[in-house]
Amino acid sequence: MRSCQLRELGRVEYAAALELQQELAAERKQGLICDQLLLLEHPHVITLGRNARAENVLAGDEILRRAGISFFPTDRGGDVTYHGPGQLVGYPILDLREWSRDVGAYVRAIEQVIIDTLADFGIKGGRVPKLTGVWVSEQKIAAIGVHISRWVTSHGFALNVTTDLSYFQYIVPCGLTKPVTSMARLGAQASVHEVSRSLAAHFGRVFDCEMLLETAIPAATLE
Amino acid sequence: MTDVVMPQMGESIVEGTLTKWLKKPGEHVERDEPLFEISTDKVDTEIPSPAAGTLSEVLVEEGNTVSINTVVARIEDGGNGATRPAAAAPAAPSPKQTAPRPEPPAQETITPTPAPQQVEDAAPAGEPAGPLSPLVRRMARENNIDLNRVQGTGAGGRITKQDVETYLSQQSAPAPKAAAPVPQPARAAAATPRPASPPPPAPLPPSVQAKARIEPMSAMRQKIAEHMVLSKRTSPHVTTVHRVDMTKVAKMRERHKSDVQSRYGFSLTYLPFVTRAAVVGLRQYPLLNASIDGNNIIYHNEINIGIAVALENGLIVPVIRGADEKNVLGLQHSIVDLATRARSRQLKPDEVQGGTFSITNFGSFGSVMGTPIINQPQVAILGVGTVDKTPVVIDDAIAIRSISYLSVTFDHRLIDGAMADQFMTKVKQVLEDWSEDVL
Repeated sequence: MRSCQLRELGRVEYAAALELQQELAAERKQGLICDQLLLLEHPHVITLGRNARAENVLAGDEILRRAGISFFPTDRGGDVTYHGPGQLVGYPILDLREWSRDVGAYVRAIEQVIIDTLADFGIKGGRVPKLTGVWVSEQKIAAIGVHISRWVTSHGFALNVTTDLSYFQYIVPCGLTKPVTSMARLGAQASVHEVSRSLAAHFGRVFDCEMLLETAIPAATLE
Repeated sequence: MTDVVMPQMGESIVEGTLTKWLKKPGEHVERDEPLFEISTDKVDTEIPSPAAGTLSEVLVEEGNTVSINTVVARIEDGGNGATRPAAAAPAAPSPKQTAPRPEPPAQETITPTPAPQQVEDAAPAGEPAGPLSPLVRRMARENNIDLNRVQGTGAGGRITKQDVETYLSQQSAPAPKAAAPVPQPARAAAATPRPASPPPPAPLPPSVQAKARIEPMSAMRQKIAEHMVLSKRTSPHVTTVHRVDMTKVAKMRERHKSDVQSRYGFSLTYLPFVTRAAVVGLRQYPLLNASIDGNNIIYHNEINIGIAVALENGLIVPVIRGADEKNVLGLQHSIVDLATRARSRQLKPDEVQGGTFSITNFGSFGSVMGTPIINQPQVAILGVGTVDKTPVVIDDAIAIRSISYLSVTFDHRLIDGAMADQFMTKVKQVLEDWSEDVL
């Protein structure tokens, strides 16, 4: 069985996470490491995909700066998106040659992982034909944007757990005018950490790999 | 001449959008060098060139969507005039690392990252834990840097290119006091082999900088901090301590120790005896094996015992599932297995979940007694002090016995002192009147 190392990184600046992804992807391409799943949160940031249109960022630089939101162009697919506290971000660094050389199947599998995770918390998520991402009754709960180089994936998905949805007002998410939602908005009382645990388990199942834990859940200790 | 075609990116994908040319017509391109980018279904993919040569013709403009196998460009490979269609690299992966690589030497110099074998060979001995990027390794090699001396500021404490540059600039600065290779006994902070690097978040004035060192917490440290504060905020902690005579258990242990060691390859400690006694206590007082959910009490039917394991820079609590179904030997086996894999970071996520009660064995570090913090959402945790030979009074005579102090910290929202002490009395009784078989 293939192995996938799970890295729970806590809150990481977008630039630092990007650099880590690029390093890991380079090592994955050379076969130096096994598949990786990075799970983390970002501080407030708006990122632009390769195909992003500037008009989908609704707020001006000054407003964004005052709201404490940084701004980042990236090489992933997709349009504009927002990341921030309360949103579970996942960056799988997988060599698809060892799973399936199928970009479409990869994106559908990521969606399945998120749909199964939502089900654990009593939320029925689904797909919308021709659109990528996971939706709950026409509202977007998870966004997907992926970069692939030599069949090694980077970037990934963002699932709104307790995200403050008001930050989405600054953008048209992924260039779509559909509303966004979060697990908290839908009544699920779950922390990003709990959701991340459930998601890692579903990821291992859907991608048929054994999840290895790097960082740990600490618990009781001496004072 | 080589035709470059839109590659097939998956079964259901029949077309792709060419989003960007990374080379201009007339430019030279190496085989496997990224040539263009395509976008399909929110996935951007870099497509490497199928051949080396000159990009002679670009047939599809940026922004256009074409079906798979459409010729998008031609590469003049010089000399050979025959046209052979070649799907771009994702459909034809680059040669496997294991295969001999009969490529011209020129390519090696252009390939952005050196071949892995080269990197491994040249990696400095005793480099820091955690993966290093090829770039960082190369910089370390070229500048003859011991990476153990470089402070990593990347995610999870990784050493980034910038860290190496910062280190280099410090080295070249006149008389870099902090980077002195020998620890200076006068300064506690200098006892670590790492040089003081400038704190990335908020640089201190030079006067303060000399007296302190700032480094970001690791992700694990942050989680531990979060978890501890959460627990203290959630539960009113109360600790009660009982003195337990472990003489009988010590004798059992002595009797079976060498047998267990030779037959199973691990040593027999006090911990599985205490765990077994705790299981008996939890069966009798299930409230200590419960959780709180709002105004409800959740009684867990399973007894899953978390065992705190100290790691180099943190701790983890892997869980013995169905602890009530195991005897002392089975418990010891689980403890050894979980602790070993915890230290080598090979635990699976579900092995640290679902605990209903925890035990922390600080006695192994010499502690006589302690007041542990509850592992949420559990409601109690048992702490085990060292087992020491102690003079005690028995029937007005002084005797030498093996004594250990066991403490239980409990959530006073759910458990009252009387019940916690009844639980401890049961645990004590099981240990003092040990009657079960070990093997």
